[in-house]
Amino acid sequence: MTSMELAQASNAAVYASMVSLAIAMVFFAVSFAAGRRRATAAHPVESVASVGGTALLTRPPETDAGDPGRRAANIGMSLTWLSFVTLLVGVVLRGVWAGRVPWGNMYEFSITASLGILGVFLAISLKRDLRWLGLFVVIPTLLNLGLAVTVLYTESAQLVPALKSYWLVIHVAAAIICFGAFTFAAATAGLSLLRSRAERRRGDVTGWLARVPDAERLRTLTNRVVAFSFPLWTFAVVAGAIWAENAWGRYWGWDPKETWAFITWVIYAAYLHARSTAGWRTDRASWIALIGWVSFLINYFGVNIFVTSLHSYAGT
Amino acid sequence: MTAPTDEAGRGTDAGQGDEAPLPPLGSVGLLRWAWRQLTSMRTALVLLFLLAVASIPGSVLPQRGTNPLRVSQWLQDNPATGPVLDRLGFFDVYASPWFAAVYLLLFVSLVGCVLPRARQHWRALRTPPPPAPRRLERLPQALEFESDLDPADVLAGAHAALGGWRRRESPPEAGWLAAEKGYSREVGNLVFHMSLVALLVGVAVGGLFGWKGNVIVREGEGFSNTLTQYDAWGGGRMVRADGLAPFSFTLDRFTVDFERGEAQRGAPRVFVADVTYRDEPTSTGSRTTIEVNEPLAVDGAKVFLVGHGYAPHFVIRDATGTVVFDDSVVFLPQDGNFTSTGVIKVPDADPALGISGLFLPTAALDDVRGPHSTFPAPDFPAVFLSAFTGNLGMDSGVPQSVYTLDTSQMDQLGLESLLPGDTWTLPDGAGTVEFTGFERWASFQIASDPGKELVLASALAAIAGLLVSLFVRRRRIWVKALPREGGGSLVQVAGLSKAEDAGLADEVARVASRLGWPATMDAPRADRRTT
Ligand code: HEM
Repeated sequence: MTSMELAQASNAAVYASMVSLAIAMVFFAVSFAAGRRRATAAHPVESVASVGGTALLTRPPETDAGDPGRRAANIGMSLTWLSFVTLLVGVVLRGVWAGRVPWGNMYEFSITASLGILGVFLAISLKRDLRWLGLFVVIPTLLNLGLAVTVLYTESAQLVPALKSYWLVIHVAAAIICFGAFTFAAATAGLSLLRSRAERRRGDVTGWLARVPDAERLRTLTNRVVAFSFPLWTFAVVAGAIWAENAWGRYWGWDPKETWAFITWVIYAAYLHARSTAGWRTDRASWIALIGWVSFLINYFGVNIFVTSLHSYAGT
Repeated sequence: MTAPTDEAGRGTDAGQGDEAPLPPLGSVGLLRWAWRQLTSMRTALVLLFLLAVASIPGSVLPQRGTNPLRVSQWLQDNPATGPVLDRLGFFDVYASPWFAAVYLLLFVSLVGCVLPRARQHWRALRTPPPPAPRRLERLPQALEFESDLDPADVLAGAHAALGGWRRRESPPEAGWLAAEKGYSREVGNLVFHMSLVALLVGVAVGGLFGWKGNVIVREGEGFSNTLTQYDAWGGGRMVRADGLAPFSFTLDRFTVDFERGEAQRGAPRVFVADVTYRDEPTSTGSRTTIEVNEPLAVDGAKVFLVGHGYAPHFVIRDATGTVVFDDSVVFLPQDGNFTSTGVIKVPDADPALGISGLFLPTAALDDVRGPHSTFPAPDFPAVFLSAFTGNLGMDSGVPQSVYTLDTSQMDQLGLESLLPGDTWTLPDGAGTVEFTGFERWASFQIASDPGKELVLASALAAIAGLLVSLFVRRRRIWVKALPREGGGSLVQVAGLSKAEDAGLADEVARVASRLGWPATMDAPRADRRTT
C-alpha cells in the first residue's frame, strides 16, 4: 500500500468502527426499551441454602428466548466486538503509516483511548455478563471518537524530539488503559447512584433499571475496577515523572498536566479510603469515583486544549 | 459529634472504633481527643480532598516557579486582585504555607494512623487466629455437609487443605480448626503509606540540597560549572555555591532539523549537541552527544538540552577602519519560526555604539507583520538592524541585561537590512557593520537533585505495597467436625474476609471439596454471575 492508501485505510477503519458502534448503541438502547422486568432475584447465584445436610445453590433459569431485550443486547455486544476490531485495525494502520507508536498528537491519543475503553469493557465482559453496561460504555466512546475525527484530526507527522522516548510508550500505554478502566468505573458508579435512588424509593425496582444489577453489586464492581486501575495510574504518573526527568531535568514541576494527574490520583486515593470509611462507602464513594473521572477528563481534554503547558503535543 | 468509627474489622486499629461522643474535660483529654480526630479515616478523607482542591489554583494561575514572566503580566493586567492573590501565595501555590499545611497535616495524620496499625499488626502476626464462632452457619460464606469420616480424620484433612495458612486447633472435644492467611495485605498497606512518607523526605532532600542552572553556549564555546558562568542559577538552602563539581564542556557542534512536510511544518525533529566534556579541569576530554531525552550525566549532575537558537556574527569597525567588535551575538527566538531579537553593545567605539536587531533564518517582509521569519531553518538568513550612538548607560552601576538596549541617552543613526557578507556603512562617519554569518547556540539546564533516587525508590515501593494491599485477601476459614450418631461426622466450613472478596466462596468450596463435600453443583462463584 502506498502511504496515501494507508492513511485512507486507517481513517476508513475508524469511521467503520464508529458506524458499527452507533448501531450497537441503538441495540443496547432497544434492550432497555424492551424494559421487561427481570425474573431473577437480586443475587441469583449467591444464595447457598442448606437443605437436608447438603448445600444447594440456587441459580435462576437463564435463557434469552422470549426476551427481546436480551437478544438486542446480544447483538449490541457482537457489534461492539466488531467495532473494537475495526478500531484496532485503524490504530495499527495509523502507526504503520507514521512509522512509530500512534501516540503523537491528540487525534491519535483519542482513537487509542477509545480502543482502551472498549478493550477494558470487552475484557471484563469475558468474565461477567455486562450487557446492561454496553450503552453506557458505547456512548462515551462514540463521543470521544466523534471529537477525534472532527475537532482533533491531524495529518500524521513525526514526533517532536521530547516525545521520542520509550517512556512515552510505557507512560501512554498505562494512561490509556487507565482511561478505559476509569471510564468503566464511572459508568458503574453512575448507574449505582441511579439504582440506589430507585431502590430507596421503592423496594422493587422496575423499568430499565431492573435490567441493571443492584446498587451494592455495582459498587463492588466499581471498587474492583478502581482497585485495578489505581496502581496502574500510580505507575503511569511515575513513568511520566521518569520521562520528564529525562527530558527536562526535573521529575516534577507542577506543570498543569502534572498537577491534574496528581489531583486525579488524590481523588481516587480518596475513593479507596471512602470505601473503608463508615458512612462513606456507598453513594458518597460513588460520587467520588465520578469526580475522579471528571478530573481525568479535565486533564485529558481541558489541559491539552486550553492551557499552555510543556506537554504541548496537542498539535491540532 | 461522634468519634469516627470505621466499618467493623477495618481500620479500627488507631483507636477509632470506640465511641467518644464528647471530648473529655481537661487538657490532656482534649489533646487525646484532638489527636484521635486527626488520625481518623474521616479526617484523612477530608484532607485528601483539601489537597486535591488546593492543587487546582496552581494549574489555572501562572506560577513563579515555571513562568515568572506571565506572573508579572498577570499582575499588570489585574491591578486590583493581583496583589491580593500574590500576598496569599496564589502565584507560588506549591510553596505556599497553606498548601504545606494541608499536606503536612495529612502526613502527620498518616503517621499517627499507620504506626499504631503497624504495632497492632506486629502483635497479630504472633497470635494464632481466633477460635471458631459458635454458630458458623451465620457467617457470610458457609457450607454444611455429612461425611463418613471421623471428626479427627476430617480435621486432619482440613490441616492438609489449609497448609500454608496460620492455624489454631481447638481442644479435642470441640472439634474445630481455625485458619487465617493474607497477613501481607496489612504489610502492603503499611509499606504503601510509609513509602509516601519516604517520598516526601526525598522531595525535601532535593529541595534542600539540589540546585539547577541555565546557560546558553554558542558553538565552539565552553562552559565550566561555576556560579559566574550561569545565566540563571538557583539552589536549595543547604547547597554551597562555591563547592560545585568542577566539570566543564565545550559545544563542538549543534545539529537541528525541522519538519518540512505540510503537517506540523516547522516542528523540530532532531536536536543533537556534540560536546567534549571533562570531569576535572585537568582531565582529558571525552566526546559525546546530548539530545532531548538523553542528558549527559557528569559528577552527580545532569546536563539537559532545553533549547537552541542563532547567534549572528558581526565585525564592526570605527571610522579609521580599526576593528572594535568581532564576535557572534546570542539572539533569542521570539516565535516558532525563530524570528530572533538581540542587541550588540560596543562601548569601545567612540562614541559608544549600540545596535538592536532582528535575525531571521528565513526572512520575509510584509506590511502587517514587518520583517519576520517564515521557517525555523536558515534558508534565507538576514538581519534587520537599528543603530544608536551615545551613552550605553553601562557605567551607571545598575546591572544591565545583555538582551536589552537602553536607548534613553542615545540617538538613532539609522536602519538597515543585511544579508550574510553585506556591510553597512553607518551615517555620520560612525564606522561600518559587517554581517559575516551566524553560528548556532544551545541552551542547557544543568541540575542536581540528590533526593531523586529516594523519590523513585519510594514510588516503586509504594506501587509494590499497593498491589499487595489491594490484591492479597485476608481470609479466615473455620472447619468444624462434630460426630454423628452412628459414625461419620457433620462438617461445617465457613469463611470470613476483611474486605470485599469475591473469591471467598471459591475458597470455602475448595476446602470443603477436599473434605468430601459433594460438589455436584457449580461452586458458588461470585465472579461469574449472570445478571
Ligand atoms: C497521602 C495521603 C494518603 C494516601 C494517598 C492514601 C492512599 C490510600 C490508598 C490508595 C489506600 C487503599 C490501598 C491500601 O489499602 O493500601 C489506602 C488505605 C488505607 N489508608 Fe490511606 N492514604 C493516605 C493517608 C492516610 C491517612 C492519613 C490515614 C489515616 C488516618 C490512612 C489510613 C488508611 C487505612 C486504614 C487504609 C486501609 C483501609 C482498608 O483496610 O481497606 N491513609 N490509603
